[in-house]
Amino acid sequence: MTKKQKKMLIRILISAGILILLNVISLPAPVSAVGYLLAYLTVGYDILRKAWKGILNRRPFDECFLMAVATLGAIGLAVWEKSGDYNEAVAVMLFYQIGELFQSYAVGKSRRSITELMDIRPDCANVETDGKLEQVDPDEVEIGTVIVVQPGEKVPIDGVVLEGSSSLNTAALTGESLPRDCGPGDEIMSGCINLTGVLKIRTVREFGESTVSKILELVENASSLKSRSEEFISRFARVYTPAVVYSALALALLPPLIRCLFLHLPGEWSVWLYRALTFLVISCPCALVISIPLSFFAGIGGSSREGILIKGSNYLEALSRVRTVVFDKTGTLTQGVFEVSGVHHSTMEEEKLLEYAAHVECASSHPISKSLQRAYRQEPDRGRVTDIREYGGEGITGTVDGHEVAAGNGKLMKRLGLHAPDCRSTGTIVHVAVDGAYAGHIVISDLKKENAGEAIRALKAAGVSRTVMLTGDSRKVAEAVAAELGIDEYRAELLPGDKVTEVERLLAEKQSKKECLAFVGDGINDAPVLTRADLGIAMGALGSDAAIEAADVVLMDDDPMKIAKGIRISRKCIRIVYENIVFALAVKLGCLILGALGIANMWAAIFADVGVMVIAVLNAIRALRVHRL
Amino acid sequence: MKKTYKIEVDCANCANLMEEAAGKVPGVAKAGVNFMTQKMSVEFEEGADPKRVMQDVLKACRKVEPDCEIEL
Repeated sequence: MTKKQKKMLIRILISAGILILLNVISLPAPVSAVGYLLAYLTVGYDILRKAWKGILNRRPFDECFLMAVATLGAIGLAVWEKSGDYNEAVAVMLFYQIGELFQSYAVGKSRRSITELMDIRPDCANVETDGKLEQVDPDEVEIGTVIVVQPGEKVPIDGVVLEGSSSLNTAALTGESLPRDCGPGDEIMSGCINLTGVLKIRTVREFGESTVSKILELVENASSLKSRSEEFISRFARVYTPAVVYSALALALLPPLIRCLFLHLPGEWSVWLYRALTFLVISCPCALVISIPLSFFAGIGGSSREGILIKGSNYLEALSRVRTVVFDKTGTLTQGVFEVSGVHHSTMEEEKLLEYAAHVECASSHPISKSLQRAYRQEPDRGRVTDIREYGGEGITGTVDGHEVAAGNGKLMKRLGLHAPDCRSTGTIVHVAVDGAYAGHIVISDLKKENAGEAIRALKAAGVSRTVMLTGDSRKVAEAVAAELGIDEYRAELLPGDKVTEVERLLAEKQSKKECLAFVGDGINDAPVLTRADLGIAMGALGSDAAIEAADVVLMDDDPMKIAKGIRISRKCIRIVYENIVFALAVKLGCLILGALGIANMWAAIFADVGVMVIAVLNAIRALRVHRL
Repeated sequence: MKKTYKIEVDCANCANLMEEAAGKVPGVAKAGVNFMTQKMSVEFEEGADPKRVMQDVLKACRKVEPDCEIEL
């Protein structure tokens, strides 16, 4: 509790104490009246002061002013009717203040717990100067400085490991609880916790550009981008208070006037005045105005803890309405790493064939060549290869150990006058010919992520009705992958530019405007598509600035299950938002009607104001708990 | 030019009112108040002096919420 809150609590306790005493002990009327006044002023003097200021500033709909009018009005009525019962007026003020106190406490508490969740900001960096360690503000560390990270410390700035090996806890960044190993030469991200060994790191970014700063900035700014429900509520709040105040005025004046003038009945002025004052107590829209942003803030905070960064409340809302998910195959459903998955029709030992292929391709940096070299498992000896010739889009020929070797696709084989058999396997096929004779082919495929199929099923379960896969790969590969993973549709053999057109076509096919189309990419080369879709989701985007910039939702690691999880989190959050809107409006409206009819008194009104707010805030905080979703 | 200021405000509706009031101050192109993070971001108009404008913003905000605080 802050000092301000403690002071308020003491005032509330004193006032409540006096109120209870007055009701237990019977005192002569003038004495108890003074007692009530004391209790009232103790708890409400600042409201009266603020109300006065509100009048000076010509702001008649200030909530303090309304509370002051309602309570002073109730006191006035009690004096007028000589009932001597000031309980109601004091209690209204008391409960109003309790509500305010609770609100500021709950909001402060949840703000802290969310910031704690995001507590990945490192306090200092250990810079080594002349063999001694010096602790400095990470902000002051320049690029290229060597810093030391002890076990148990957070990595303060992105960098490359120079010495030492350790395992890193990346949970705060990715939600992944399995530690990640690192050693010399590995690039590591700030925000990870060093678990076992001392690491010496050369920084590659400034603190402000480091992962940890980027993430914090993103999450902090996220709640500034307002969702439609928030805008609805702030527009509503602007109209609500004046509307209630004017109806209170009408309620105080019209019915008695009508009774007097037309029905020739007694005016019952005090009855209607009391009902009007009840209205004023309900006129504060705070329950709504506080609980909606709080729900979003909690939802965004909770999901970022799970490694899902949502860049704004509006995107959280869009995520909950996703019906179509479009994947870019490479890097999202597959690992984006090519591997040799088979050697077929080989006329020689498979190892030998791989050796020839790896050598002839040794000068190329194409991913396919890399995968051949990896499969060969040894460093190719470049000295054994001569006469390398590259045929663009076909393959490579060269001489290895005096044998003429050609490695490439069917077109290259045709050029050499050889017959290349079709392969039934899906993947990229590298045909190899040695000394002018066909020697077999190597199948290279992009490995699917283990849980890709499960991720698609989870999406379906979360209410996604259509999944589409876009790929530059051949139709055959696309068909096989789509069938295996259970993806509804695929578009194959696309050039990078085609992906935007394809997404635009899918956008046009949407059934209604409320549906959203999400595009999932790995953030490499697909920034235009990420921007074009209703919702761009970048995956495994840690360290890729362009993707973080272009995407609306950033998945910190490359686990496709996170997409469905994000959708479930957003659904929960939006449900809480609607619950709060409906609940608060229903109770307030109900109390207004009952109040106008004289059924609900000021006690009910206080519940409609403070009770609803307390319940709405408690409900909003539920949005933070999303781990088990 | 855009700047962010730390603020102190107790109720969410007041934060909305502050946002509205700050947006109407001459020299301010756009103002946003984030109640949850207790921050106010102000986009200034071309050629406006942020320090002078912020004094007016504070005054305007005090009018709608006497208890509010802006760290200038």
